[in-house]
Parts: sequence; structure tokens; C-alpha cells
Amino acid sequence: MLLEIQSLTKRYPGSDSARPVLSDVSLSLAAGDTLALTGESGSGKSTLLHLVGALDGFDSGEIRLDGHALSTLADRERAVLRRDVVALVFQQFNLIPSLSVAQNLSFHARLAGREDRGWIAQLTERLGLDGFGARYPEQLSGGQQQRVAIGRALAMRPRLLLADEPSGNLDETTSDTVMALMLDLVAQSGAALFLVTHSERIAALAGRRAHLSNGRIA
Amino acid sequence: MSVRLIALILCLLAGGAHAQGFAGLGTTAEGFAIPQRGTPLTFPQDHGAHPEYRIEWWYLTATLTGADGRDYGVQWTLFRSALAPHDGSGWETPQLWMGHAALTTPDAHYLDERLARGGIGQAGVTAQPFHAFIDNWQMQGQPGTGISDLTLRASGPGFAYDLTLTAEGPLVLHGDQGYSVKSAAGQASHYYSQPAYTVRGTLTLPEGAVAVTGQGWLDREWSSQPLAGDQTGWDWFSLSFDSGARMMGFGLRDGGPGYTSATWIGTDGSATALPDGALKLTPLETSAVAGRDVPTRWRVELPARGLDVTVSALNPQTWMATSFPYWEGPVDIAGSHDGRGYLEMTGY
Amino acid sequence: MTCVALAALLSHWRRQPLQFLTLVIGLALATGLWSAVQAINAEARASYAQAAAQLGRADHASLSAPSGWIARDAYVALRRAGWKLSPVLEGRTRLGDVAATVVGVDFLSYPMPPEADAGSPEITPERIFTAPGLLFAPPDLAERLADMPNLPPVVSTGELPPGIVMTDIALAERLLDRAGQIDRLLVLDNQPMNLRPLAELAPDLDLTPPERDTDTARLTDSFHLNLTAFGLLSFAVGLFIVHGTIGLAFQQRRAMFRTMRALGVSLRRLTWLLMAELGILALVSGALGLVLGYLVAAALLPDVAATLRGLYGAPVTGSLTLRPLWVASGLGIAVIGAAIAGAQGVWQLRAMPILAGAGQRAWARLSARRARVQALAGLALLAAGGGAVALFDGLVAGFALLAGLMLGTALILPALLDLVLALIQRGARAPVTQWIWADMRAQLPGLSLALMALLLALATNIGVGTMVSSFRLTFTGWLDQRLASELYVTARNDEQGAELHRWLEDRADAVLPIRGVDASIAGQTGEVFGMRVHETYRQNWPLIAAAPQVWERLEAGDGVLVNEQLARREALWPGAQVAIGADWHPDVIGVYSDYGNPVGQVVVGLDTLLARFDGVPYRQFGVRIAPERVPALIAAIRADFDLPASAVIDQAGIKARSLGVFEKTFVVTGALNVLTLGVAAFAILTSLLTLWGMRLPQLAPVWALGLTRARLARLELLRSVMLAGLTALAALPLGLLLAWVLLAVINVKAFGWRLPMYLFPGDWLILFALALLAGALAAALPARRLRRTPPADLLKVFANER
Repeated sequence: MLLEIQSLTKRYPGSDSARPVLSDVSLSLAAGDTLALTGESGSGKSTLLHLVGALDGFDSGEIRLDGHALSTLADRERAVLRRDVVALVFQQFNLIPSLSVAQNLSFHARLAGREDRGWIAQLTERLGLDGFGARYPEQLSGGQQQRVAIGRALAMRPRLLLADEPSGNLDETTSDTVMALMLDLVAQSGAALFLVTHSERIAALAGRRAHLSNGRIA
Repeated sequence: MSVRLIALILCLLAGGAHAQGFAGLGTTAEGFAIPQRGTPLTFPQDHGAHPEYRIEWWYLTATLTGADGRDYGVQWTLFRSALAPHDGSGWETPQLWMGHAALTTPDAHYLDERLARGGIGQAGVTAQPFHAFIDNWQMQGQPGTGISDLTLRASGPGFAYDLTLTAEGPLVLHGDQGYSVKSAAGQASHYYSQPAYTVRGTLTLPEGAVAVTGQGWLDREWSSQPLAGDQTGWDWFSLSFDSGARMMGFGLRDGGPGYTSATWIGTDGSATALPDGALKLTPLETSAVAGRDVPTRWRVELPARGLDVTVSALNPQTWMATSFPYWEGPVDIAGSHDGRGYLEMTGY
Repeated sequence: MTCVALAALLSHWRRQPLQFLTLVIGLALATGLWSAVQAINAEARASYAQAAAQLGRADHASLSAPSGWIARDAYVALRRAGWKLSPVLEGRTRLGDVAATVVGVDFLSYPMPPEADAGSPEITPERIFTAPGLLFAPPDLAERLADMPNLPPVVSTGELPPGIVMTDIALAERLLDRAGQIDRLLVLDNQPMNLRPLAELAPDLDLTPPERDTDTARLTDSFHLNLTAFGLLSFAVGLFIVHGTIGLAFQQRRAMFRTMRALGVSLRRLTWLLMAELGILALVSGALGLVLGYLVAAALLPDVAATLRGLYGAPVTGSLTLRPLWVASGLGIAVIGAAIAGAQGVWQLRAMPILAGAGQRAWARLSARRARVQALAGLALLAAGGGAVALFDGLVAGFALLAGLMLGTALILPALLDLVLALIQRGARAPVTQWIWADMRAQLPGLSLALMALLLALATNIGVGTMVSSFRLTFTGWLDQRLASELYVTARNDEQGAELHRWLEDRADAVLPIRGVDASIAGQTGEVFGMRVHETYRQNWPLIAAAPQVWERLEAGDGVLVNEQLARREALWPGAQVAIGADWHPDVIGVYSDYGNPVGQVVVGLDTLLARFDGVPYRQFGVRIAPERVPALIAAIRADFDLPASAVIDQAGIKARSLGVFEKTFVVTGALNVLTLGVAAFAILTSLLTLWGMRLPQLAPVWALGLTRARLARLELLRSVMLAGLTALAALPLGLLLAWVLLAVINVKAFGWRLPMYLFPGDWLILFALALLAGALAAALPARRLRRTPPADLLKVFANER
């Protein structure tokens, strides 16, 4: 298994401890799988995604990512996982404003030390970003920025792509185009996809689905 | 402070032991008078200064015993050094003066040094009446008596002395009527002594004053080039034996066999000069003094006079830490003859 | 990957060159300001110490003759009495066409002969002691003298102060045409035992203790204290600016840091990268700052040198040398400042989760908490400073108070401003004004560091300005007291004194004998002076405390005056009694200021003095005469009496010269003041520019609601000016407090006298205006940009909501 989540529980310090954000969540994902996680606002789905992305710690249970038990890893080792194994696409794009589009696209791959110029060129073309390479993020529209973010994530050939409401900031048409493209590219790259969305329509595009309600898998 | 400049000045005045021989005595003597064999010494004139010679000294040592039963030693020395062979008045004079005074006890050694320019009345020597002085240090004779009756005073940090000296015998002329050869190459000086003073007076030490009596020895020497260039230092002995006889002897060290000279002074004051090699000096034991090894026990042999004695320092640490440093202090004599004396060692 | 990450970090600066420039300039200015003050201080101190040491004043007491010179025979007599002394003959003369001070010494006894520079020809005793002799001179002087014909050979030595030529006393006698004369005798170390006291052997010679205890040293110290205080304050200002710029550099890139961490750059690596980036920045900017500081110091140093040379007679080179310590301390402040600021940034970075929300609100909450913590820390610092003075004595406690006061108040400032703005906001009714005040409060956290720097700069200005001006007024008064008479004449001996007195009586308006003796005062050696009460003293003598009818009582022998040092040390204020000698306990009826005098002094009526003490010298006189008649009188005295030039002094001329030189001090202080203020204004500009990026989203809604861009720009300007004005208001009491601490605490602890404080409201107004100007200038650029922002950019805020 690429990803195994077992009896995961997470509380936020200071919040109502009787009601954990996530309680007893178990999920698994094999290489190449696509999973869409749906749920209401505040159901804990973004939190789950962050935990899987080794961005935050949890209280009990375990997450195994590519054979590593996350609870046992130090910050540095988790950073290595983020760098080499998983890639993230955020709702807010999170591009680096001072880097050009081309630099942003190759940034994660270069951090991971596996920049594949051919693959990046292919991605650039498929994402419709040809001719935008010298521009800076602030000069792009929202949809363009999100395509750069997707390109950046896939450029490093992640084993697992984590996407958090990737189209949340986009209008419906743009959103559909971007999502279709992303699924297509994920399939082409062989990565597994863990997609968080509140949209049933988008969730329907994934191979498997799970629903989170009040911190529990329904 | 500029040690280098001071050293330069004193190199000329007296110091700087190495390349030019100890005390700069190996330098050539351009313009200065050169000691000549056969020049008769005349007194009292020759008690005074000889500004036409490069270097000159009045060197008094005394071995004393205090009312407290302890042994003491006293040194009073005035050096003259000329930058040019003439005198002058005011600051402009080329005559420079240096005084060393020391007081030695079995466990302590007090010393001080004074430097002065001639010509302004701060230091000098007159022959009639005899008066040698630098600052408040003085060696003063009575009118008409030459150097037979002297008063001797000096003071420094932590010590002072005030002594009266009375000569008990005649002046002794070393070498050939006062012409004393200092190397096989012929370097020489004019050299006479008054070796037989009885001394009484008062020493002042940090712990208080003490009355003393004993014996004193005055050396007078002047020259312009007394050392050969390769001679690096000397070991000089003035020994007074209980028998009433005395001996002055020195060995000059060089890379080779060295050069020795001695004068035997009989109980009647008659002097006999002994040639190079007659005196044998053998270091027996060294002491660590001021960061170097200095022989403080010697075997002194003068077979011609049946002398074979061991000479030991009263206080091995009598290092004269002056502008040019040397060892000078009272010694005890034991062996074929017993007695007391003074030892000076330079160039260590 | 390190390279990739570092390149990403640095790419920020490429995209934001202005921010980068402000960061570098901010750091460089702070370093420059600090190091300029340090350089001046270090150079002046080093020169002064060297000069004092070289001239034998620092380590050795010296004997001098009140009449002018000591005869060579008198020197020899003291030598023959056993005293180890070293003669010095000193005078101004022309060597070729160069004017120089020739110092003649006896190289056999002089304790610190200068060492020739490397490469000089060999120096033999023959060359020093026999004709033609040698001249030792500092390198630049040596170079000039070397070209002069008919001069002895010159040896260059870096160990002599500027303008001094040292040579053997024999040659000096000829050069100065003073055969047989000596100006002073240094008392050497290791004197023999059982000497007769100098006072017995040479009663006519004055013994001056080593210079570290003399007037000159004290006054010079006082001047240096000014500079030291300035150095410390500029350090604080610089630290705030460095802290501010670095802090902003972190804030601007917070989102980038989070993204990089999300993409797998570990916290540790990020921390190291940031530290490396900061270190390089600090070193580069620090080096720039050093150059800047060097230039400023080099420009100001000649004035400082002139001040010290003219006012205190302390020779100081007008040129600057690079001292390793100075370079180190300059780079030190840049690196330390960057490290402190960077540490805070990294700390926040660690404390924040990788994916906190966009963070404006969280950030605001954090800064509100920080402001509270800061204010508490400020209060603690104030208390600690006060406590230090209350609990401990001494200069260090005084400086602790100073540091606590400055830093504490600076830390409290943001909370204070927030409070004031909140109060105003509560009173505001119209929506736009309500928004303005609320918005100003929101801006405070970002501007607070710059405002703190402005506060410190303004307070420093007021404080140091007040101190220097007060010092100047006091100094003028002191000169008037000391130099009230037009002419001072010193006779060779009492007989000549009596003759001179009679002679002067016929020719001057008034002759005021200056007669005094050393005596035991309150158990310590001090001076007792007799005063013939005269209108001159009634008008000029600056009493800081006095009993009624003080002058009448003084003349009647009913009480004495004491100097301030004595009064403070022994608590001898009017009403107390002072013990003089063995059995005399007169009433204290007045206390006068006596700057620069380390020993206790008592002034009594002249008749009382003569009745109480035997053998009071009768040699010195102050002469009152119409100023225009002074030159003729000097000429007449010289014609009728055999007096050395130094025995007849035209004090009016000296006073004018002293004051003229003192004014130069203000040039220095003023220049430093302007610099500090400029640096603070720059800090505000930097902050406003940085805030600019965050401002747009806040301004866009207001713009959308109907305010024009021009009006928004005007409001921006107004806000900045208001904040600067409020800060200036807070700076005024702080600056006055600072001046008070400097004058009344630190000065008293350091020197034993208190300088009175004078207020200069005119200066405050100018400074207030300057602060407003600084605020306006700093906001001008952002405001201009706002006015020209295309509406599309404002619209983007809505389209691209963060």
C-alpha cells in the first residue's frame, strides 16, 4: 500500500477536546489509485489531507506513507517525504511570487533533484502555459495560476498527489477544464491522487470515493 | 618605552655583550688615546678621570660582617664612557656616566643604577681632593691623602649604605707597572688597585640599620680598547686571604683557550704579576640566575703560590639586572687558603 | 537543493529591488552611524592617550616652576640630593619654515623615548648626543622637515603626537635659544630610600600629579562622555533600524517560507538558509556602513581634533586610521542586530504551523499580544534602570538608568500610541474619520519599529542637544569666573610680587591678588584661596548655593565658600562647617561650581587667609583694566620686569579662542543629530514602503466605497505625519529626562559636579517640525504611488482575493 491510514484521531489544542477534528479515521490508497474525499465545510477533510501530507502531527492512530510511519518521523524526515514522495496542490495555489512561471514549474522537481526537462515541457504544453514561462504569478489569472501549481506538483513525478479543493477558487467552466486536465495528467504520470473536494461533480471523476462527516468516515 | 634605543645608548656606554665582545670593549679606538707600555702612573692625578680614553671605571667592592653576625657585600661602581675623546661643559659634553650600587645579604640582593651626562655637574671625578660622584652617590677622599681615606655613600630603592674606608697598604700596579695586557693580541689597559681597605659604617636595609666592619678593594682601570674582538666575557676574582696575602686574577673567555692573568699581593703589599696560564679557573657548579646558568662555585689554582681553593658565592642570586646585566657578589674562600673576596662574571 | 532553495529566497529581492535597497541602506546607515561615532571617539582617545603618554604626563608626576622655568643647576641639585628626575624643555619654534613644538629631553633618563619607524637609519648614541644631533618627529612632520636646509637629520617615528619634535635637550636648548633652562622635571619611578621631601628641597617648585588626575584629563573625559553617550544612543537607534528592516524582510516572505516548507524544505534547512542570507547581507551592508562611517568620521574628525587641541591642549591627529577594534565593532552591530532580528523572525517561523490560514488576522492577534509583552518588558526595563540607580552607586548604574530609560520607553511606545489612537477613535463620529483612526491602529504594528527608532532619534537629539547647550552655557560662566580679570601676571618670587603689585596699582583699574595655600580640608589635601572681595567676583562668581549676604560675610571673615566637588563629596552646604587644617572649623556660606578641578577648594577672605597661614605666596595677580589698554600694559610689564612670556597672560584672548573652539563641538554634535534623524526618517520610509503591499487590500474597499485615490493619498500622508507628530510629543519628555540623567546623574557620578540644565524650547519646535517633515517625506513616495495606482490594480484585489 502506498498510503495506509489507521484509526487516526486529531484534536486541535485549545478547541473542544471532546469533539476531535478527526476520530478513528481509516483509509488506504494503492499506487495509481484516485480517491476523492468529500464532506461539508469543517468536516475535517483538509485537516486529513494535511496530515497525510506530513504537514502536521496527530494524536493517535498512524499514517503509513510509502512504508514510513509518520508518527515516528522527525521534522527533517517529514520534509524529505514532502520533497520526494508527495506533491500538493492547494486551494490558494501557493506559488512563489518572486519566481517566474517557468521557475515555479520546475521548483519542486529541482528541490527533489529530479528535474526532467522533457516532462516539464510536455506538462507546460498540456497545461496551456506555453509562452507564459517568463511571466510572474501576479500577471496570471486564477485558472492559469492553478495550472502552474498542478504543473509544479506533477513535474517532480510524485508517488502521491494531494489536492485540496484545487478548483475552489475557480469558476465552474475553468474548474472542469482544470480538473479534467489534472486527472488526465495524473493517470499519465502514474501517481496516486488523494483529492479533497466539496463538489460531488468533481468527486465523481475519481476512481474511489469517501465521505467525511463530523470527523468520521461515513 | 623604547628598549631598543636605551639598549643602543648603553651598548656604547657599556653594554651589548656579543658581536663586539662584552661591554663594547672590543670596538676600535679612533681618536682615543691608547694605553702605552711604559707610561708611568702618577698620583694623585691618575685617581681622576681620563676623558681622552674611551672607558674608565672606579670599582669598589667590600666584604663586610654585621653586628648581627651576618655576612654582607657592598659594590659601588662608577663607569665613564666617552663618545668623543674630549671633555666639555653643559649638555653637549660627550662624557657619559653610569653608576651601579649593590648591597648583598645571604638571602637578598639590592641594587640600583644611575645614568648621567658629564658637563652639568651631575656626575664626575676630580683627583684633588679625590671625589667621584653620580647623583647622591659619592666616594670622597680627604684633601692631600689621595684615596687613602674615603667615605662611601649610595642609596637606592630599599637600601642605603654609608661607609668609611682606610687604606692599610700601598697601591698595587697590575701587569707591567700598571700596564695590564688583556689578550694575546696585545689589547691592554692601565690598571691599579688599592686592595687593602678596612671598612666600617652602616648599612640600611628595609628591616633597619646594621653596623658593619670588613675589608674593601678598589680597582681603577681605563682604556680605549681593552678586549680583543673575539673575547666574549670575563671571570674576575679579588680574593683577600686570612693570611694577609691577596690575589687579583681574571680569565677572559673566547672561542679558544682564553687568557688568564693574576697579581699576587704579599702581606707587605708587594705585587707580583703572573703570566697568561699561571692562573687556572675551573667552574664547579652553576646556579640558575635570571634565566641563565652562571657558575657560582669555582676551583681557583695558582700553583706558583701553592694556591688551590674553592670559591663559593655568598648569595648565588647576586645578578646585576642593570642596563647591561652581569653577576657580581661576595664569595667565601676555602681550601689551601681561607678568606673572603668578590667575584664578577660577565658575558653569561 | 540548497542552491535551489537559496535561489528562491533571493529571488524575492530581485523582484523587489527597492525593498532590498532599503534593507541594505538601513543596515548600512545603522552601522555607519554607530561606527562614525566610535571612530571619532576611538581616534580622539587613542591620540590623546598617546600624546599624554609620549609627553610623560600620563604616568609621571612632574615639577614645574610657577615663574616659568627651572634652572639647570636646580635640576642638578635635586639629582645630587638623590631624586631621580628627568628634565624636559619644551617650546614652539620655527624649524625652517615649519612651526613645531620642540620637546627636549635627556635621553639617558627620559622614561619613554620614541622608537624610530622601521626602515630608519641606525640610531647611535653618537648621533643622538653629539652635534649635529637628531630630530625625532611624527611621519608627516618628519617628511616636511627632511626637506629643510640647515636642520639636523630627522628620524620618523609614529610614536610622537602630531606637531611634536623630540630631540636631545642639548639641541633643544639651541633651537629654542634657552640655554640652561628646563620647563619641567618628570618624577621617575623607583626612588631611593631616605630622600628629603621635594617640598623641602625645592619649595618654589610645584608638583603636578600624573595627568590622569588633572583638569585637562577631566575636561577631556567630559567631552568624551558626550561622544560616548552619543555612541550608545546611536547604537540603540541603529539596533532598532536593523531590527526593523530585518523583521520586515521576514514578514514579507512569510508566505514563501510556508510554501517552501510544504514543498519539502525542512525547517532546519530553511533556518540555516535564512541565517546565511542574513549573515551575508549583514556583512555586505556592514562593510558599506563602515565606509559610510569612515567618511562621516573623517569629515567630522578635524573639528573634534580642533576642539580637543584648542580647548584642552590635547594634541589629536586630524586624520583617521582604521583600527581593527573599530571595524570589528561596526561589523558587530550589523551582525548582532541582524542576528537578534533574524532570531525573532526564525522563532516566529517555528512557532507558526506550516499551513496557517492566510494569516492576517492571526498576525494581527500575534502583534497585539506582542505589543502587550513589549510594553511590559519596557516597564520592566524602566524599573530596572531606576532600581539600578537606587541600589547601586557609580557610573555603570547611571548608564544602566540611561539604557533602561531609552529602551524601556521605546518598547512602551507602540502600546502608548495605540492607547492614544483608541481614545481618539472613540471620539470620532464620521465614518471616514472612524476608519482613519482604526486603520492607523491597524498600521501600528508594522510601523512600530520605525517609530521607536524615530522616538530614540528625537529623544537623543533633545537630550544631547540640551546637554551640550547646557554645558556650553555653564562653561561660559565658568570661564567668566576663572578668567574675570583681563590680565594675569605671575611674579618670580614674593619680592618681585610685592613690587609688581605696587607697580600695577598705579596703572590698572584694580589689582586682585590671587593667593592660596595647600591645606588639609575635611581630611584631604585641598586648596585654600584668599579673595579680596571685589565687584568682579560679586558679578561673576557663579554661586550654586549661598547664605544671605554671602559676600559681606566672606569679607568680614565670617564663613567660607567651598567648591561643588567638595560640597557634594562631604555634604558641605551652607549651614555646615568645614574642617580646615587642625583646628579651624568655619561656616560654609556658599558653594560655587568649579568644573574640571579634581580637588576640594575653599575660598576665604584674603585677610583671614593671611591671618591663618604663614608663608602664603605673593606672586599671582588678576588685573582689571579696560580691554583696549591690555596690549600696552603687557608691553609695559615686559619692559619693566624680567618675566617669561608665560607669566603674563591675556585671558580675554584665551577665552575667545576657547569659546570659538567650543563652538566646533556643536558642529560635530549638530551633524550627528541630523544624521540620526535622517536615519530614523529612512526607517519610517522603509516601513511604509513595505506596508504598501499589504495596504492595497485594505484601501481598495474604501476606494470602492467612494474615496478618490488622491484623497486616500492625502490621508496616507496625514497619517504618517500624525504618527511622527505623536512620537515627537512622546520624545520631548523622554529627551528632557535623558538630558537630566546625563547632567544630573551621569556627570555627578563621573566627575563629581552637576551641570545645571537649561531648556531650549526653540530647539524643540525646530525638532518637532523636523519630525513632521520626516514623517511627510517618508510617506510621500507611497502616497504618490497610491495616487498613480491604476484602478485595475485596485480591482484585482477583489478579483484575486487572498
